[in-house]
Amino acid sequence: MATVSLTIDNVKVEVEQGSTILEAAKQIGVNIPTLCYMKDINAIGACRICVVEVQGARALQAACVSPVAEGMVVKTNSAAVRASRKMTLELIQSNHPQECNTCQRNTNCELQALSEAMALGDIRFVRPAQSHSKDDIDNSSPSIVRDPRKCILCRRCVAVCEKVQGVKCISTMNRGFETVVAPPFNQSLNDVNCAMCGQCSLVCPTGAIVEVDDTGKVWRALDDANKHVVVQTAPAVRVAIAEEFGMEPGTLAQASWWQPSPPRL
Amino acid sequence: MGAECKCNCEQDKSLDALFAQNKGNPNGLIVVMAAIQESQGYLPKDYLVKTAEELGVPLSDVYGVATFYAAFSLRPRGRHSVNLCLGTACYVKGAPEVQAMLEKEMGIKAGNTTEDRRFSLDLVRCLGACGIAPVLTVNGEVYPRMSSDKVSEIIAKYE
Repeated sequence: MATVSLTIDNVKVEVEQGSTILEAAKQIGVNIPTLCYMKDINAIGACRICVVEVQGARALQAACVSPVAEGMVVKTNSAAVRASRKMTLELIQSNHPQECNTCQRNTNCELQALSEAMALGDIRFVRPAQSHSKDDIDNSSPSIVRDPRKCILCRRCVAVCEKVQGVKCISTMNRGFETVVAPPFNQSLNDVNCAMCGQCSLVCPTGAIVEVDDTGKVWRALDDANKHVVVQTAPAVRVAIAEEFGMEPGTLAQASWWQPSPPRL
Repeated sequence: MGAECKCNCEQDKSLDALFAQNKGNPNGLIVVMAAIQESQGYLPKDYLVKTAEELGVPLSDVYGVATFYAAFSLRPRGRHSVNLCLGTACYVKGAPEVQAMLEKEMGIKAGNTTEDRRFSLDLVRCLGACGIAPVLTVNGEVYPRMSSDKVSEIIAKYE
């Protein structure tokens, strides 16, 4: 296999031809921050967080999509790089609700973590109104909540829905500030063939796609003296419980007291 | 999704040929959509569903493309396409007043089509004719040095 040698942060490295700068840096333990990148699934150079300085290049390059070249000299943490990343984050944050404290992803958010790592401080760009409002939240699905206000348009959910799950019930719609990741024809998640697999919520770097929070319901069940509570993780909860009670595998469990409504006469 | 195509696109021979030609070819998406836009004046939902099925492109992608490009419209367009330039030169020479008058006369906001589908009114950015600002075009015909008092006379010419 042909190799290419280059210098990253003053360290010489030899990597396979066709590798990206991001992969080459990883090989020598240099961490380039990313936001939209997902190995083998989403390498589109959209978020511009992974920009690096390449000697002789006209502009900063997105490391996740830039192939290495022989003799390349790369700086991953120069003043220009840091300034650019900070500006990018500031622009993303300018259209992002500042409600981290009450967000389901608080302390578990890639945007928040990056902002902290870059010591973001004040956001100089303030939009008179954000692109999306609370009315745009899609909570039609029993499993997944989509909040376009918190979406940073990294397209990780779109990529995983298409390339891993083969569903692609969501994609990017409209353009500019109006851009939204959503099902087609303004439908809600419950209207389309969403399999509720949750992969999108898993890869979302922010709180734009999250699981429905049923914590309150669980507490109420636990506090109910007349209820015996068992725990079973999804998927296929009813099938798993039925099996636990010795029923034929594949049977859907149902409460003994439950009966279909009698037909009305 | 998977809805049965109830449109009359089967009757449109040229579109049929285009669908056949691009069957299973996602790269033909823009060409097919442009042809639908051209023949129907907009992109009816049934046609988009058929496009997704024939070309093997997720409907979400088809809709995404349809809403991304300004050349595509999801609503029927008017018989006459009215474009007002709001580029810098036209703007400072009074295009906003012309816009207000157009919207008043047509009874619609820019970016929309009149109920009777007589006019579609759109705002554009620089037609490259700043010397004759403000510029209005109707179906490609240029009206130079526009002012709000010329509006009603001009739109009366188009039925």
